[in-house]
Amino acid sequence: MRPEWKDFVGGKWENEINVRDFIQKNYHPYDGDDTFLAGPTQNTKDLWAMVLDLQKKEREAGGVLDMDTKVISTITSHGPGYLDKSKETIVGFQTDKPFKRSMQPYGGIRMAEKACADNGYTVDPEISEFFSVHRKTHNAGCFDAYNEEMRACRSSHVITGLPDAYGRGRIIGDYRRVALYGIDRLIEDKLAQKASTGRVMTDDVIRLREELSEQIVALKMMKEMAASYGCDISRPASNVQEAIQATYFGYLSAVKEQNGAAMSLGRTSTFIDCYAERDLANGTFTEEQIQEFVDHFIMKLRCVKFARTPEYNQIFAGDPVWVTESIGGVGVDGRHMVTKMSFRYLHTLTNLGSAPEPNLTVLWSTRLPQNFKKFCAKMSIQSSSIQYENDDLMRVTHGDDYGIACCVSSMRIGKEMQFFGARANLAKCLLYALNGGVDEVTKKQVGPKYRPVEGDYLDYDDVIAKFTDMMEWLADVYVNTLNVIHYMHDKYCYERAQMALHDRDVRRYFATGMAGLSVVADSLSAIKYAKVKVIRDEDGIITDFETTGDFPKYGNDDDRVDSIATELVHKFMTMIRRHHTYRDGFPTMSVLTITSNVTYGKATGNTPDGRRKGQPFAPGANPMHNRDTHGAVASLSSVAKLPFMDSQDGISNTFTIIPGALGKEDKVFAGDIDLDLK
Amino acid sequence: MQGRIHSLESFGTVDGPGVRYVVFMQGCPMRCKYCHNPDTWEVNAGTLMDADYIIEQYERNKGFYTDGGITVTGGEPLLQIDFITELFEKAKAKGIHTCIDSSGITFNPDSPEVMAKFDKLMPLTNLVMLDIKHIDDEHHLELTKQHNKNILAFAQYLSDKGVDTWIRHVVVPGITDDEEYLYKLGYFIGGLKTLRALDVLPYHDMGKVKYEKLGIDYPLKDTPPMDKTILLDKKKAIIDGIKARRAELEKA
Repeated sequence: MRPEWKDFVGGKWENEINVRDFIQKNYHPYDGDDTFLAGPTQNTKDLWAMVLDLQKKEREAGGVLDMDTKVISTITSHGPGYLDKSKETIVGFQTDKPFKRSMQPYGGIRMAEKACADNGYTVDPEISEFFSVHRKTHNAGCFDAYNEEMRACRSSHVITGLPDAYGRGRIIGDYRRVALYGIDRLIEDKLAQKASTGRVMTDDVIRLREELSEQIVALKMMKEMAASYGCDISRPASNVQEAIQATYFGYLSAVKEQNGAAMSLGRTSTFIDCYAERDLANGTFTEEQIQEFVDHFIMKLRCVKFARTPEYNQIFAGDPVWVTESIGGVGVDGRHMVTKMSFRYLHTLTNLGSAPEPNLTVLWSTRLPQNFKKFCAKMSIQSSSIQYENDDLMRVTHGDDYGIACCVSSMRIGKEMQFFGARANLAKCLLYALNGGVDEVTKKQVGPKYRPVEGDYLDYDDVIAKFTDMMEWLADVYVNTLNVIHYMHDKYCYERAQMALHDRDVRRYFATGMAGLSVVADSLSAIKYAKVKVIRDEDGIITDFETTGDFPKYGNDDDRVDSIATELVHKFMTMIRRHHTYRDGFPTMSVLTITSNVTYGKATGNTPDGRRKGQPFAPGANPMHNRDTHGAVASLSSVAKLPFMDSQDGISNTFTIIPGALGKEDKVFAGDIDLDLK
Repeated sequence: MQGRIHSLESFGTVDGPGVRYVVFMQGCPMRCKYCHNPDTWEVNAGTLMDADYIIEQYERNKGFYTDGGITVTGGEPLLQIDFITELFEKAKAKGIHTCIDSSGITFNPDSPEVMAKFDKLMPLTNLVMLDIKHIDDEHHLELTKQHNKNILAFAQYLSDKGVDTWIRHVVVPGITDDEEYLYKLGYFIGGLKTLRALDVLPYHDMGKVKYEKLGIDYPLKDTPPMDKTILLDKKKAIIDGIKARRAELEKA
C-alpha cells in the first residue's frame, strides 16, 4: 500500500479508480450531536473580514471589482492569487487575485465581450479578432447549424434559456480522485483508456481519442497549477488538509476553464471525513484545525465568480455559480452516510455566516440519524441556506455515490454527466395550440400552422387534442435544437478538466425541462371543470379568457387536477423519448425553474387559469402562488404525485414558511416541564 | 352527517401537539374583540362536508401526522358537537389523536341534554385546548359579549373527567394583561388535575384585513400588538398563580 494510504482499509479502490469503494470501506457514520464542533479561528475571522470587504467594494463598484480582458483563462493561465498567504490553509483563486473575473470566450466571444462591456471593460481587440476570425466558438457553431424554426422558437421564448451562448455546466468532475490517487496515477489511467479504444477510426472513436488527449493535457496542467501554489498533487494526499486542497484544485481547474450555468462540487464531505478521522486518531490535527481547513475551503467556494451579462443574471435571478455540495444520504448497505464532516460543512454557515453558495444540499432520508436531523433543522432556521433532496427516491436509481448538479440534477459522480437542456415553455405551447402556432405576443407564426380552436368556448377534448399535437412539434424542435447545441459544445468548448475526472465511458443524460407546469394544469382544469370563454383581438388571435365558475387547482391534493399535471409530465417525457439524442444521451426531464420562472412568465400571454400576461409562473413544480389553499401538506402532496421516472432530472418545490408557522416559540409556550413545579 | 366547515389546513403546527390536520368549523356565538377569524362567526355559512371526507383527507397524508392528529377549531367547534362526535368516533376507530380547540362557551351543566352530549364526546377526545379569555366575569362579558361561568365550569368538568387540558390565554395590551387577573387565572387553573400545558398567546392584529374585507369595524383599532418580551412576565404571573394554588393543595 502507498504510504499516503497508511491506516486506510484497502480494497478494490487501490487497484482501480474507485472512490466509492474507498469511501464505503473507510468512512465512519456519526450518530452524535453538534457539540464537538469548533468555532472560527482568528485567521478564519481575519480572512473572512477581507472577503466581506471585497464584497462590499464589489457592490460599490456596481457588481464587478475587476475583470481580465487580455488573458484567456486556462488552468495555468494565471499565477497564484491569495487573500493573505500567511493565513490561508487552503489556497487558490481563478485568476491571480481574488474577485478578478476571468475571461472565457470559448462559449461565445460576443457573450464575453458583452460581459466586459456591460461592466465597463473592453476585451483586448486582438482576442476579439482571434475568436471572430481564426477560432470559432460554441455560440458561432450553434448558429451555423440552427434552422429557421429553431431560431424562431428561440426568439419567441417557447424554448428558453438554451446554453448556446454560454457554458452548459451541470457536469461534476470527481474532484476527489485528485486527492485519493494523485494526478500521476490518473494520467496513467487515462493513457490506458486511450490505448483501449477501438482500432477502427469511426467518428466516435476519433472523438473519444481526441477527448482523452485533451483530458490528459488538462491533468498535466492541474499539476502545474498546483505547483505554482507550492503544492504537489502528482501523488495522493497524505492528510486531511492535503485532501481538501487537492479536491479544491480539481474543482478550481474546472471553474478556470468553464463558465458553466452550474458548476457543482459533488459529494465530498464524507470522503474528506475519512482523512479527518485518520488525522484525529493519529493526532495529526485537532478539531479546531480541521474546521479551519473546512472554513477556508468553503470560503474559497464562496469566492468563485464568472463574467456574465445583465441578461444572463436576469434569467438566473442573480449571478449563481451553483457550487452544489451533496451531504449525507444513506448507503446501499443500509448505513447512513452522515459523518462529522457533514456537520462541519453545515457549521460553516455559523462560522462564516449564511450564504447562498456553496449550495449545501442535504440528501435527506427518513433513516438519517436523529441528531443530524435536529442539526439540519436548527441550521435551516438559523440560515435559510440549506437545500434538501429526497435520497430515498434517488438512491434507487443512482446508488449511494451520486451528487446534485445545479439544484436537482442527480448523477453518479465520475460515471455520469449531463447535457444541460434548459426548458420548453409548456404554457406558451398551450397558447400556440389554441392559436394554430401563432405567437400570442408577437403574432408571428412560430409553430406549425395547425387549425386553431373555433367558437367562443373552449372544449376540453378539443383543446387536449390540439395541445397534444403542438407538444409533439415542440418536443421535436426542442430535442433537435439541443442536439445542435451539445454537438457544438463538445466541439468548441469541451470540458476537458471535468471529463478528465470521469470514467472513459460515461452515461450522458440528455436533460430537457419544462416550465409552466402549474399554469397548464390549472388552465386545463379550468377548461374541464369551469367555463372558459376566449377573447380574440382584431387579428382573430386569442389573447384573453373569461372564466366563469370554480375549478380544482393544482396544489390542494385534489386528484381531479393533480392527475392532469402528472399526465402532462408523462406525456411530454414520452414525446421527448421518441427522438434521436446526441451521443445516445439518455433522455430525462426536469420540472425545476427555481428563478427563471419570472423570465418565462414575462414572455407569455394571458392563460386560461386567470394568470395575466407577463405574470411570473410558479417556480419549478410549485402550485401557483395563493392557489394552494389547504396548507403545506396538501400542497406538497400534489407535487409529490409527479412521476419521478418521467422527470428523472428532478422536480423542485420552493418552500417558504415563517418560523412562527412551524411551531410554538419555546419561550412562550410552557409545556409539561414548566408546569412540573416541584 | 355533515358539518359546516370554514376551511381545512393540512399543515397545522400551532394547534396541538405535532403536525396536525386542522378543521376550522364555521360559526361562533362569541364576539371577542381580538378575534382574528371574524369570517368564521356566521353560523349558516361555510361548506358542508362529511366526516368521512375529512378522515379520508387525513388518511391520504397520514405519514406527515405521525406525532400529530386532527384538531377541530373554528369558529366554535362545539356548536356542532354531534358532528364532532361522529368525526371523532371515526378518528378513534383509526387510532387518530383527537383534539378540540374551544372556548367552552356551549358547555351547560344545567342542561341534561347538553351534558349527555359532552359525556359522549369526551371519551373520544385526547386533548382539549381551552381558551379562557378572562378570569373575571365582568371583563369577560365586556370582551366577548358572553359570561365565563360555563367556561370555567367546563374547565372543572375536564379536570373531573380526566381529560388532558391545555389552557390558552391571549394577552391583549390594556385588556387582558393585568397581572393581578393573570395571577387569578393561574390560581384557578392550578386547581385543574388534568392541566398539561399553558399556551400564552401574544395578541396580534393580523385579523384586521379580514374585518376590512367583511366591512366590520375593527374593535381594537388603537391597540398595539403585544410585545413578546413583556409576554414572558405575563406568563410568569400566571405560573405564579398556578404554583400558589398547587402549594395550597399540597398542604391540604
